Amino acid sequence: MKKENIIWSAVKTGLIFGVITIFLSFVGMVEVFSKRDVVEHVITLGQFVLLAAAFASGLISSRGTLNPPGQNKSLPALTAGLVAGLVTGTLLGLLVFAIGDSAEPALRKIFLNASPSLYQLLTIGKGAGNYWVMPTVGAISGLLGAAYLLLPELLRRPINRALLVVVFMALFSGLFRVVFINQGPGMEVVAKFLFGQTGLTVAGTLIFFIGVILIALFWNYRGEQIQSGVARLPKSGQVSLRVATIALIAFVALGLPLVSGPFIAQVIVTVALFILMGLGLNITLGFAGLLDLGFVAFYAIGAYTVGLLTSYGPFGLQHIPFWVAVPIAVLVAMGAGFMLGLPVLGVRGDYLAIATLGFGEIIRLLAGSDFLAPFFGGPQGIIGIQKPCLGTLEPFLKVDVPRVCNGIELGKPQDIYYIAVASALLIAFVAWRLRESRLGRAWMAIREDEDVAEALGVNLIQTKLLAYMLGAAMAGLGGAIFATLIGSIFATSMQLLVSINVVSLIIVGGMGSIPGVIVGAIALIGLPELLREVSEFRYLLYGMTLIIMMLAKPEGLWPSQATLRELHHSDVKAETKA
Amino acid sequence: MRTSVGERLLDLAVSGVLWGFRILLVAAVLLGTIATIRAGKYTSEQWIDFVVFGISQGSIYALIALGYTMVYGILRMINFAHGDIFMTGAFGAYFLATWLNGIGFIDNHPILGLLIPILFAMIMAGGIAMLVERIAYRPLRGAPRLVPLISAIGASFFLEYAFRGFFGPGVYAYPPIKALEGEWNVLGVGILKVQVVVAVAAFIMMAILYFIVMFTKAGKAMRAVSESKDTAALMGIDVNRIIVSTFALGAAMAGAAGVLYSLIYRQVGFFMGFTPGIKAFTAAVLGGIGNIPGAMVGGLVLGVFESVGPSLFLEGLGIPRPYQLKDAIAFTMLVMILLFRPSGILGERITTKKA
Repeated sequence: MKKENIIWSAVKTGLIFGVITIFLSFVGMVEVFSKRDVVEHVITLGQFVLLAAAFASGLISSRGTLNPPGQNKSLPALTAGLVAGLVTGTLLGLLVFAIGDSAEPALRKIFLNASPSLYQLLTIGKGAGNYWVMPTVGAISGLLGAAYLLLPELLRRPINRALLVVVFMALFSGLFRVVFINQGPGMEVVAKFLFGQTGLTVAGTLIFFIGVILIALFWNYRGEQIQSGVARLPKSGQVSLRVATIALIAFVALGLPLVSGPFIAQVIVTVALFILMGLGLNITLGFAGLLDLGFVAFYAIGAYTVGLLTSYGPFGLQHIPFWVAVPIAVLVAMGAGFMLGLPVLGVRGDYLAIATLGFGEIIRLLAGSDFLAPFFGGPQGIIGIQKPCLGTLEPFLKVDVPRVCNGIELGKPQDIYYIAVASALLIAFVAWRLRESRLGRAWMAIREDEDVAEALGVNLIQTKLLAYMLGAAMAGLGGAIFATLIGSIFATSMQLLVSINVVSLIIVGGMGSIPGVIVGAIALIGLPELLREVSEFRYLLYGMTLIIMMLAKPEGLWPSQATLRELHHSDVKAETKA
Repeated sequence: MRTSVGERLLDLAVSGVLWGFRILLVAAVLLGTIATIRAGKYTSEQWIDFVVFGISQGSIYALIALGYTMVYGILRMINFAHGDIFMTGAFGAYFLATWLNGIGFIDNHPILGLLIPILFAMIMAGGIAMLVERIAYRPLRGAPRLVPLISAIGASFFLEYAFRGFFGPGVYAYPPIKALEGEWNVLGVGILKVQVVVAVAAFIMMAILYFIVMFTKAGKAMRAVSESKDTAALMGIDVNRIIVSTFALGAAMAGAAGVLYSLIYRQVGFFMGFTPGIKAFTAAVLGGIGNIPGAMVGGLVLGVFESVGPSLFLEGLGIPRPYQLKDAIAFTMLVMILLFRPSGILGERITTKKA
């Protein structure tokens, strides 16, 4: 009876993971990911994902048998793992069968990705009739998943970390390779030894894997001593240690664009812009609890203001320098926040989300329409935005001729990098001070309960308007820098998707948490920008992330303490810890 | 009392801006309408065309809006993914209809060739909606209100981009039904057959739904759950089952709407659900959310406004290519309704707490 239950639940887990892998195959993820290797010539990322699914199904189903934990029942655990992995693999095998090995599979008439190359991948290049490959591989990795669970804790954690590091290094090996090679011929040898074209080399994998395991083991034995050693340092020593850390980070941040080249600099600029927007929306959504889905409008307003004020193209109005235009753009965005905030003051909750979404879409439609084209350029947008200039600008001569800069022109992404990162830091500081202020507490009171907050003397109108305005100002700053980076601004670049991006990154990082915004922006904006393969499935992954975060960790990766308390108020432990 | 003058000024500014909005809007609509009518650019036949198109499109919005309204009535949540459920239905029907067309079935049996894909779309959309409810909504019942809304936004994007992955970013052409091509002559005015059929089909679907909700046992249970979940549970109603069947029923309507929509526009693509979804939500709010006849009326009003509006009042205002702003009319109506009468045309006043 008991045994049957184990088998049946293992089959169920296997089925779920099997369906997930088939889904991933049909969506095209397996095929696209296979263009990248984890270990060069050994295993591709796509195969790795499939293996990981079978592994996970084995792990999860064998965990079910170890209940209560700590009991040593290796046989049922291993059986469960084997069965789950086998079922997952069998489903994939069925998929292989359904695709068939013809050059134009019938299934492809419906699912674009049921292609011969997927067939090749799923049979590991063995060709016709090898339906057994996936079930076998699945069963083995399911078994491994179960066995992994039986390892002693002491070994499991280092292996865990080592696997993570290897996957991480493999994903970014192309980047590391380029950066290393840029450093001269000495580093080139190292780079080519560790990193291949599309993934780690075998040697690199072994080095990272074993290295991380050794470090982790060492930390296991000596970590506490080192930590207590640091704690025992005299006060001045601790301060200087902290100063040294900050100095190191600053040094890396300043030097990074010099070594990394324009691509990485541009990615970091994008991340910084989203941090700006995220910090802005974090005020409206995270602090004050007002979900604004039309947030991109403020970004656009900042961008258009800078565009209109500085452009040397046909729509340029004032031809003033960047440094004057940015504060104006921030003020204009703030005014827009006031104007849009006023009417929606009385609207609450999900109605507010939809109303602001409507506002955002109206603004986008208007900006891109022929109706306002004489002012905003319609679908063609505004081009020829003047780059920032350290020094004096020559006067404006005629349309389509940029003003000449006597001094240093900050035109390249590496130059904008400094502006963007500095503004992000500044705004993070402002947001942090705001949160600790009287106003910040009023916002959080509104978030918790509007009526109670009002009864306690919080002026709802004023507080809410300030939330909209300050949030808008930050987004406007982001938009202004964005317009300068790209050199042009179009109505199509202010899609609802941008607002959704910002909402997602706040949710992932943790609502109301400032470090959370930064973490969220790096994870949701930076990673997909760096990994072309991932960026193809960006919004699919966003959708999944939003759902999974809401189900598993609604407080985010780096929660603010207030949110933690709010979401786990039954959990006394969290409260006392916070 | 420190800032009482400032506060009063702020209050004044708020109501001033709100009234300004109203007056501006009414004035723009009136002026534009008068100007257009005096210019006399369109014949009465063209106006009838606009209205008929508006009705057929509005009936589609109404059909989608039913799902929003029913779910909101029961769970007080906006099912943000509803527009994408509509899209999944259209895709399902597209593949079936293409196959049927390939074997010549649609040409031989035009009525069945229309009905079978609709039925399939309803089943498919209902099934997907049940999955979405099970995975993304049910575990979050009782969480703070923002939580299921965000999960719904996630589900919406997940569905859109999963279908993009399955079927590619391109647009598919829904197979033509020959029997629906051409016009019918009604009182000397030519009316496109497709539009009539779409409107009639939508009305039949709505009638069926209304019957189910008002006169069957399951419908009675749905109404009971929407009044009070706890009391309904005490009366022996399986609340979870009723919620799932509400989702499925609303989604089935959306799936059917997806087929009708692709009959008119002949295009099926992964992003087709977004705009109709928002518009149907507008229709639901317009009619008073939670109110089933309201959703039907709201859909029709919105459809007609949107179809007549660009030529009627935008063109009169001298706006070039007013059709570009067709969606802006719908969004403006959405915002205005949410701001000024969130209870809708037919809705009872919902307290702010509820809304």
